[in-house]
Amino acid sequence: MEGNLRVKKPDLTKIKTFLLGSRTNYGMVFTVLLYALLIAIGFVYLYPLLFMLVTSMKSPTDLLNPMVQWVPTTLYLGNYEKALRVLDYSNTLVSSILVSVLPSLITAAVCSLVGYGLARYRFAGKNIIFALILATFIIPAQNTVIPQMLMYKNLGLLGNILSLILPALFGQGYRSAIFILIFYQTFLSFPKVLEEAARLDGASDLRIFFQVALPAAAPAFIISIIFSTVWYWNETYLTSIFLEGGIQTLPMQLGKFTQAYENLYPPGMVNIFDRLNEAVKLAGTFLNILPLLVMYFLLQKWFVESVDRSGITGE
Amino acid sequence: MTKRKLFHFKGIGLRTRENLYGYGFVFLWIIGFVVFTMVPLVQTFLFSVNQVTVTATGIDLRPVQWDNYSRALVTDPTFVGLLIEYVIETLVSVPIAIIFSLVIALFLNMNFKFKGFFRTIFFLPVVITSGPVIQELTAQGATSVPGVANLGAITEFLSTLPSYLSNPVEYLLTSFIQILWFSGVQILIYLSSLQKIDKSLYEAASIDGASAWESFWKITLPSLSTTTLINAAYTIITLSHFSENKVIKYIYNQTYAVQGGIGYAGAMSFLYFFVLLLLLAVMFLVLSPRREKRR
Repeated sequence: MEGNLRVKKPDLTKIKTFLLGSRTNYGMVFTVLLYALLIAIGFVYLYPLLFMLVTSMKSPTDLLNPMVQWVPTTLYLGNYEKALRVLDYSNTLVSSILVSVLPSLITAAVCSLVGYGLARYRFAGKNIIFALILATFIIPAQNTVIPQMLMYKNLGLLGNILSLILPALFGQGYRSAIFILIFYQTFLSFPKVLEEAARLDGASDLRIFFQVALPAAAPAFIISIIFSTVWYWNETYLTSIFLEGGIQTLPMQLGKFTQAYENLYPPGMVNIFDRLNEAVKLAGTFLNILPLLVMYFLLQKWFVESVDRSGITGE
Repeated sequence: MTKRKLFHFKGIGLRTRENLYGYGFVFLWIIGFVVFTMVPLVQTFLFSVNQVTVTATGIDLRPVQWDNYSRALVTDPTFVGLLIEYVIETLVSVPIAIIFSLVIALFLNMNFKFKGFFRTIFFLPVVITSGPVIQELTAQGATSVPGVANLGAITEFLSTLPSYLSNPVEYLLTSFIQILWFSGVQILIYLSSLQKIDKSLYEAASIDGASAWESFWKITLPSLSTTTLINAAYTIITLSHFSENKVIKYIYNQTYAVQGGIGYAGAMSFLYFFVLLLLLAVMFLVLSPRREKRR
């Protein structure tokens, strides 16, 4: 009898461990639940993208056919051809890249300078400067945009990329506060020993910054440039006010897609299949985010993994 | 002693030297702040207490004191409505975004297969949430909870509710994915704080017999209280600055409208800014006491 019990007990615990887990493993029930939840949330997350991708490949007949939900009957790329023309893709793509990459490079460079100053020197009024940096993050753009626009108008810079570069050059680029905090955290987390050693060797402060501190801050640079590029790319409020009439970015062009489409394909002139429909619009939307998707999949390691290294949390 | 001597090498005191170099590094930013933020802010405020007319030579200001403000708050039928809608939508969105990003961050902090794959999915929205994209997707109904918002039963149920209740629910249903999409950076912030929590705390707790559930409430959540505050602030600010935000769009349109004008838009901008600050203050009040209790 006793022997029997002894055999049975470990069996039960084994099943229990298998289902409910132990200290080293989560157990079957939890694992299944976890994956179910992850897949469900993942689907909800991707739903707009899938919807966009599928709809953008529907031909006009598929769109009208209520039977066609998720699988188009034919692979139809006509929507993309039209969207490419409407968006004036090659031109807007190049200007979008310029408008997002140049200011973000400058932003990263200036923010590293400011972040280093805040992290390494004790000076009077530092707390005030911190408060003001946070304030620049909170103040809505429309509280400052009109005088800025008038200023650029007087300088003849409206429609010129300089209207985005100048603020970036002075640390006032789009969401610069976040990047200053990232660099501040990064430099704060470095041990001071190296810089002190360099100072003992007679290096000047600027030289220490450029040759000792900056190379070690590479992850912060990469993450700042990536995020800044993405945010500048997606920014449409400032760009549409400052660049309108001079430079067309992709999101700006998407914002007036209907108008641009009807210029190219006047509604009265084309047959019913060439009228603007949601498939063409979504093809345009997809073309809009495609460059960012490519960038994301190429650099995704940096999006996620450098965060712990650069300490994005500003506590 | 030797250290102090070292810093004296140029004949100036340590403190002066630190001040000098500190301001040297921050100098650019200070100029930028004055030119691109402070002066425009003050100017916008001046506009807001004036009737502004743009002429060929420049702009004409005619003082009207607080007329623009009272017009926005009392006379204008749309502005206050939009403002209230914005406050409600923000109050609905912030808790969802916070809880959701915390849950996802907790998931991603565990070890399981295909973690990289799921991580890729959850951060994807960070790169694609631009105004026009969201606008197109919302217009095509792609950001609502799949299938739910269109169910007849739900729309019928909503129509029986008073509008102050049904509007937030309707917003929630039609923009659910949009709210989730705004959680990307928050997930990152939570994840990096989770990874900073000392693992030995959990070990000590489990030796003392605490379950995973208990250690979540007693260790994880209290350690994340500052992060939650940061995330809530970030969510409020991002939502408030989003270019598809109805209040922002209204102010933008009024700037160029005949009966609106720069002065009126300036007044509304400041009112909007004030409401944003109020929301941030409320958020601080709600989230801060929890931090005190821990001690």
